[in-house]
Amino acid sequence: MTAPESMTRKRSGGRTRLFLFGAAALLVVAGAFFSESLCPYDPYLQNLGAALEPPTAAHIFGTDRYGRDLCSRVIVGSRASIFSTLALVAVITSFGTALGLFCGWARGRADTFLMRVSDLCLAFPCLVFALAVAGVLGGGLHNAVLALAAISWPKYARIARSQTLAVRETDYLKAARLAGCSAARLAVRHILPNIAGPILVTAVLDIGTMMMELAGLSFLGLGAKPPMAEWGSMMSEVRGLLQTVPWAVFAPGLAIFAAVLVFNLLGDAVRDELDPKMKGR
Amino acid sequence: MTTPILRVQELKKIFSRSGREGFAAVDGVSFDVGGGECVGLIGESGSGKSTVANLVARLLDPTGGRIYLEGNDVTAADVRAVCRTVQMVFQSPRESFDPRRTLGDGVGESLRNAGQSAAEARAAVAELFEAVGLSPDFASRYPHEVSGGQCQRAAIARAIAIGPKLLICDEATSALDVTVQADIVALLSRLIRARAMACLFICHDLALAQGFCDRLLVMREGKIVEAGAADEVIQSPKTEYTKMLLDSIL
Repeated sequence: MTAPESMTRKRSGGRTRLFLFGAAALLVVAGAFFSESLCPYDPYLQNLGAALEPPTAAHIFGTDRYGRDLCSRVIVGSRASIFSTLALVAVITSFGTALGLFCGWARGRADTFLMRVSDLCLAFPCLVFALAVAGVLGGGLHNAVLALAAISWPKYARIARSQTLAVRETDYLKAARLAGCSAARLAVRHILPNIAGPILVTAVLDIGTMMMELAGLSFLGLGAKPPMAEWGSMMSEVRGLLQTVPWAVFAPGLAIFAAVLVFNLLGDAVRDELDPKMKGR
Repeated sequence: MTTPILRVQELKKIFSRSGREGFAAVDGVSFDVGGGECVGLIGESGSGKSTVANLVARLLDPTGGRIYLEGNDVTAADVRAVCRTVQMVFQSPRESFDPRRTLGDGVGESLRNAGQSAAEARAAVAELFEAVGLSPDFASRYPHEVSGGQCQRAAIARAIAIGPKLLICDEATSALDVTVQADIVALLSRLIRARAMACLFICHDLALAQGFCDRLLVMREGKIVEAGAADEVIQSPKTEYTKMLLDSIL
């Protein structure tokens, strides 16, 4: 029986990857949560006498133009970058899914209207919209999250709607309707669990993308405001010095790269785990 | 004369798409199903049999005509209003159970929705599983963990759980292999008699329909083209279409 054995092996390999990257992602999140106690120095303490120092044993990533320890700022910056991203992804996933499920179930005019609104959002360039939001509400991380949320939910609404349309025609949903289930019960107990797989995978893969987008907005000055430590804005602060003090850009850039990589690998592992073809039969 | 369990009058279902002429899947169908009676609905694929089943179970809204259950007009009623009277056994047993829930959950769902406690429903599910010839242990299994025949037995248990007066079997044996088919037909036959249910039996196997049903309705392109006692329809068909259906199985 070679086929089942190889399947088991492949599956357990997938599981190992899932646990490995899941643990790595948890470590990143826990690091962000306890970031303040992990800092070797006060990330906001200025020391102009030690400005723009190259990496040394005391300051492993060097210092920025105000003499603040870059390592401490990268560690503390993880909080703003990671938690804003997680909150953003949680909001767009739940809002988009709820809306898509409603559209797929109700259909009719409400569906047509909401889907045209989502088309509108999908057609709008993200940065232009964020600029408009920043113009109206002012800059800041909260408004950057708001701008990205307002423009990013349609992807989830689209997935949830198409999956709901497929599930509503299945025999098991007809059977559940014949069992006397209310619309809410059908949605929560029968539709949602059966459409959650692709949505979850998209959400985990989106963590990396959204982290980049938020960092991008901060880099453009539309996200976190100084002196708040945030990876995107930290890169922005020293972008003029790239030729002379490259380490100041390198440290937050490396942090973004590592965090995005961990969440993308986790997304891939989750996708493999939930792939119906990998299901043990 | 007693009121029939099901009365269908001039039932019509047109599947329309905007800007195009609709397609009449069911086109002016009328028939009755009396208490304890088993009526077979036969015809080739696409003749509208399953659409009639979905309309009667209120899973689809008709374009025209009337549906009466026990004398009450349910043409515009919600499926929840009729589900205590009508239940359905579907063609593909595995696909009729939620893949993420156990068979026990599926079978007990109508009882839970009817207000029974979890413990009451669990006990009732165990009895129902025994009534359909399954061990109560099957309640904790998932649809993909049991065979097609076992899954269809569970589907029958689910359909009879709430004590319906009318059971619709929509090609309930077509997806099963021949030996299992015979078992399922015997089980259905026994349960229908024991529980005095009426049955609308949809199938395209004429020999099976003749053995199982009291009366047969032959459907073609959304219309009933022939109706009569089962033996009469099979032995002396009146229309060319029924003759063709009979020839195709011989």
